[in-house]
Amino acid sequence: MSLDTATVRRVASLARIRVEDGDLPRLEAELNGILGWIEQLRAVDTQGIEPMAGGGAQALRMRRDEVTDGGIQGEILANAPDRAGAFFAVPKVVE
Amino acid sequence: MTSATDLTLAGARGALARREISAVELTRTFIGAVEALNPRLNAYITVTPDLALRQAEAADAALGRGEGRALTGIPLAIKDLFCTAGTRTTAASRILGNFVPPYESTVSGNLLRDGAVFLGKANLDEFAMGSSNATSAFGGVENPWKRRDAPEAVLVPGGSSGGSAAAVAARLALGATATDTGGSIRQPAAFCGIAGIKPTYGRCSRFGVVAFASSLDQAGPVARTVEDCAILLGSMAGFDPKDSTSADMPVPDFAAACARGVKGLRIGIPREYRLDGMPAEIEALWRQGMDWLKAEGAELVDISLPHTRYALPTYYIVAPAEASSNLARYDGVRFGLREDGEDLRDLYERTRAAGFGDEVKRRILIGTYVLSAGYYDAYYVKAQQVRTLIKRDFDQAWERVDAILTPATPSAAFGRDDKQDDPVAMYLNDVFTVTANLAGIPGLSVPAGLDAKGLPLGLQVLGRPFDEETVFAVGAALERAAGFDAVPAVRAGA
Repeated sequence: MSLDTATVRRVASLARIRVEDGDLPRLEAELNGILGWIEQLRAVDTQGIEPMAGGGAQALRMRRDEVTDGGIQGEILANAPDRAGAFFAVPKVVE
Repeated sequence: MTSATDLTLAGARGALARREISAVELTRTFIGAVEALNPRLNAYITVTPDLALRQAEAADAALGRGEGRALTGIPLAIKDLFCTAGTRTTAASRILGNFVPPYESTVSGNLLRDGAVFLGKANLDEFAMGSSNATSAFGGVENPWKRRDAPEAVLVPGGSSGGSAAAVAARLALGATATDTGGSIRQPAAFCGIAGIKPTYGRCSRFGVVAFASSLDQAGPVARTVEDCAILLGSMAGFDPKDSTSADMPVPDFAAACARGVKGLRIGIPREYRLDGMPAEIEALWRQGMDWLKAEGAELVDISLPHTRYALPTYYIVAPAEASSNLARYDGVRFGLREDGEDLRDLYERTRAAGFGDEVKRRILIGTYVLSAGYYDAYYVKAQQVRTLIKRDFDQAWERVDAILTPATPSAAFGRDDKQDDPVAMYLNDVFTVTANLAGIPGLSVPAGLDAKGLPLGLQVLGRPFDEETVFAVGAALERAAGFDAVPAVRAGA
């Protein structure tokens, strides 16, 4: 499988990364280089093999469904690039 | 006394306990060394001398009261991927820019609990994605080692924990925290002539460590000796309810395990790690390592890990997939960089375009593609299945052997301008290390010799899950046999 320019543009859009038109050919070549190299996995017979989802052998723990912190609004907002009072501020979303 | 910067961590701990040196004196010596050499090496992104001196004063007070702990008064570098409360944490990315965490990572918190002194935040590849430190938004790190035939050439320290490894090698810290997703502790340790261990997945909490690929990321230490790594890991490790993958298991006395010896241990030698085109020096060092262990009473066993060759392509599906998801949080809204846009979507796209470097963008795009509708099964599920086979290879090996010996890297440190054009050539650096991340097992890199140009080479010891003790025992035996005492050209006190 090889990516064409339209697919690179679509993937960049899904990833919410702006790509200038002039950068598309370089990106397309790099991504195809990586994906071409990854293709060798097709040679492995994985019929009936369970996919390994996590890094550890243990089952993930569930914690109790309860509030463990709170009252830290100042800390949460401390790094906000823009804020309006006690809220994160973003450009208008609804016209 | 020789310069305090030449002490091992264990040696400094002894000197502090005997009050031969105060924590403030020791810390001032290291601050001076950092001021002198960091402008050149760029091993630290952020230096925190005032904080370090306050911590050193508290350490002296604790020692005076007889309340010294495992690391009281020991100056360390903290990889700038660990959130440190009140100290800027960048992940070497423009997108985190001036992010100041209001909380402490569990691992760095454990070190503070045990009395450590933090000299600053060590440089790394952006979001820990890289094998040369070239992708840092704060500039590359210079390896303190030099080629004999070209002492002016700048070599890379490896990556991603290149700042941590260069700082420790150049004596700008007694040890450092690092993280390893595909080799990011062991490869820079090998390139810089020091020791480093990636423990078993789940041994160290990931809470407060900026996430790259969550099923592969593990924290671990780098230091100049195997024993120093064992002391640091003893503090860093431990169960943490704040990380759902943290293992609820006791932390053994890793330092004690270093003295166990290898008599009667069965050491696996995987035939698939003998690569075509591998430098003869690395093959020779590997054989030397086998001979050392045999002479110490270990039994060598030929083993096969047949899916080894598929580990890197598997990694380059799994890691970017997880990264594309983890890095979705950098949107210019709640913290970090923001580039204004016409609307919210434009703001996201411009922020992420300006904030991420080229390698991070490539990996996010690969990850987004392999997870996208229509490709998920062909790429992502396939890679997870191959990952099962890679882990199964190791599970079968553990029925016959107690530990595995391999080279740490396929080459010594390379020049800053080499390998930068081809992403895949750079990825091949991790060919010997990446299997341990996929299988979740511990791996230790030990400096074991020099190549013909005078650059350090490492050997790697792999072990069973949660059997770091055997890994330390084998690593310490190799270290004793190698008697590695070479020092880098650029170092404090030189």
